[in-house]
Amino acid sequence: MNKNSWILYIGILVFGLVAPFIFPAFKVQLSILCVLIVLATTWNIQGGEMGYNTFGNILFYGLGMYLCASVQVGMFFPLAEWTESGGEKTFVHTPSQFFQGMAAGLVVAAVVPTIVAGLIGYAILGLRGHYFAICTLGLGVAAGEISGGIEIIGAGQGFTTPPFPNIGGLEARGEFFYFLSFGALVLTFIAVRAIYTTRFRLILNAIRDNEDKAEAMGIETMKYKITGWMISAFFCGLAGGIMGGLVGYIDSTDVAFDGREMGVFMVLMAILGGKGTLWGPIIGATLFHFFKEGFWTFFLGWQYVALGVLIVVIVIYFPEGLMGWLREKYPERFGEVIDEADRKAQVELK
Amino acid sequence: MDFLVFQYPMITIQACLDGLLLGILFALIAYGMALQWGVMNIINIAQGDLVILGGYIAYFMYLYGIHPAWGVIVSPIIMYFVGIAIYKLVINKVVDRDLFISILATFGISILFMQLMNFAFGADVVLANSGYGTTMLFDNNVVLPNSKIFSAFISIVFAICLVVYMKRSKLGRAIRATAQNARAAKILGVDTEKVYAATFGINAALCGVAGALISITFTIHPYMGLPYTIRSFMIVIVAGLGNLPGVAMSGMGLGIFEEFADYILGTEFRIGSVFLLLVLILVYRRFKLSRKREYLK
Repeated sequence: MNKNSWILYIGILVFGLVAPFIFPAFKVQLSILCVLIVLATTWNIQGGEMGYNTFGNILFYGLGMYLCASVQVGMFFPLAEWTESGGEKTFVHTPSQFFQGMAAGLVVAAVVPTIVAGLIGYAILGLRGHYFAICTLGLGVAAGEISGGIEIIGAGQGFTTPPFPNIGGLEARGEFFYFLSFGALVLTFIAVRAIYTTRFRLILNAIRDNEDKAEAMGIETMKYKITGWMISAFFCGLAGGIMGGLVGYIDSTDVAFDGREMGVFMVLMAILGGKGTLWGPIIGATLFHFFKEGFWTFFLGWQYVALGVLIVVIVIYFPEGLMGWLREKYPERFGEVIDEADRKAQVELK
Repeated sequence: MDFLVFQYPMITIQACLDGLLLGILFALIAYGMALQWGVMNIINIAQGDLVILGGYIAYFMYLYGIHPAWGVIVSPIIMYFVGIAIYKLVINKVVDRDLFISILATFGISILFMQLMNFAFGADVVLANSGYGTTMLFDNNVVLPNSKIFSAFISIVFAICLVVYMKRSKLGRAIRATAQNARAAKILGVDTEKVYAATFGINAALCGVAGALISITFTIHPYMGLPYTIRSFMIVIVAGLGNLPGVAMSGMGLGIFEEFADYILGTEFRIGSVFLLLVLILVYRRFKLSRKREYLK
């Protein structure tokens, strides 16, 4: 790592730490942005590096959301009565209970989806191409439909997460969740960056480029695919747990297992920024969040129409994403050396 | 959970008959999916939304005092042009590309359609009442709405017409040739672009018929599209591309499965069980193939 990138990282870190104080009105938006970046970055491990285009990471996100809230409530109060009361203030968490519950909840929300990913990974990751995509799509929707029928986590009427304790009001709540999600983002970035410098990334890329050949070279591809999925699941679960607390209300198909929104968003953000790069999903998520908020504000009611059009346009005209476009335009910046004669020959061939 | 199904044989018969009639309808949608998948190598996530749109056409005719059964004629004609329009705008740009691109692009179309229908027709669950009455069987223990029988009959008629058309007509021959080898067909003078457009149009028209039938038999709602897509995808992967009897059989099997899931697990798990069945079928096939060191592709 050279000096410039250190300056960049420290700059971003400092900006992240002071951002809620510079833009106090946008704390919730910034927290959501952090969660979106986490989701896009972890989707990129599958879709970008490994070539397994999944719609199923939403499963871990929703699972983490429900688990975190359930643990947070269940540690101190009977869960069934909580969901039955539908968020009425019969049970109130004291501040220490709230934070203890949140901490325990986040640990569970991260660990359990990881285990689930490990367990189902062997069955699901054996599928390839579009079968994998549709299978994971089915998995996400099935999880949403089934959790919508389970009484103890609120079934159809939803699950109200514990309200933030009465210390410091809205400001403190916003700061707490911002730093939580920013912490998750930093953790994810460090982990993913560390992974991308190792042999593990090369193996994932080999799987993407030609899985049969990778296997023939003696790589146990299944082991690496499952590990990759488990890493994604860990951070997706964590992000889900934070998002559950931030939104304050969990609904099975509209918030947690929201394949129509979050499940597509994470794919779209990674593609918009550029699949298979470290920075692509981060840039994509940031851009997408601005787009989305613009839509939500200016085209109120028409946002899904705009979203549908946006998906089609990005996918058809911009499949390589921003980083892919930059790479084509300025290949030298990405460390690619171009043989001018060879390039000309290729152009003539075309 | 209740196990009435096992205590009263009449409920079993009811569920089987309901499932069969429903399954024939699913098979019709799945046939459209198999057609475009085979010819253009595209998986259309918006399939279910085309069905729902077709249903709304019939529903609107019902609102304006025309008998909704005429939707079976009108809806495919309108949907054919909708299909052609979608092809010209979006699909022709993703035909030769990675399958995932087509999945995502049609996902976008699906979201777009869902929301446009929500604006245009409202978010209520609607039903076009055909007024066909019911048929009672086995001492009035089994109730079959005549509209279901009608819809199954019409589906079979359309399926047979299409099969004959595919076998006999010039366009049908061109479509089959393109499905076998697009490049060779092109060399031999088939305008593949036109064939693709027609295929997508026919698929949309089939969805229109199915939608019109669904609007008189069951209910329609703007957001109910995705389950139909998943059902038809499931039927196609179980039956295989270009295996028509297989499509019909697995469609009926799926219908019966759903009715039983409805009775045994409860209505709230009905859609969930369909999606779970898809996952299970894919995983089953994956393990079956992996014994021979092959994989689904």
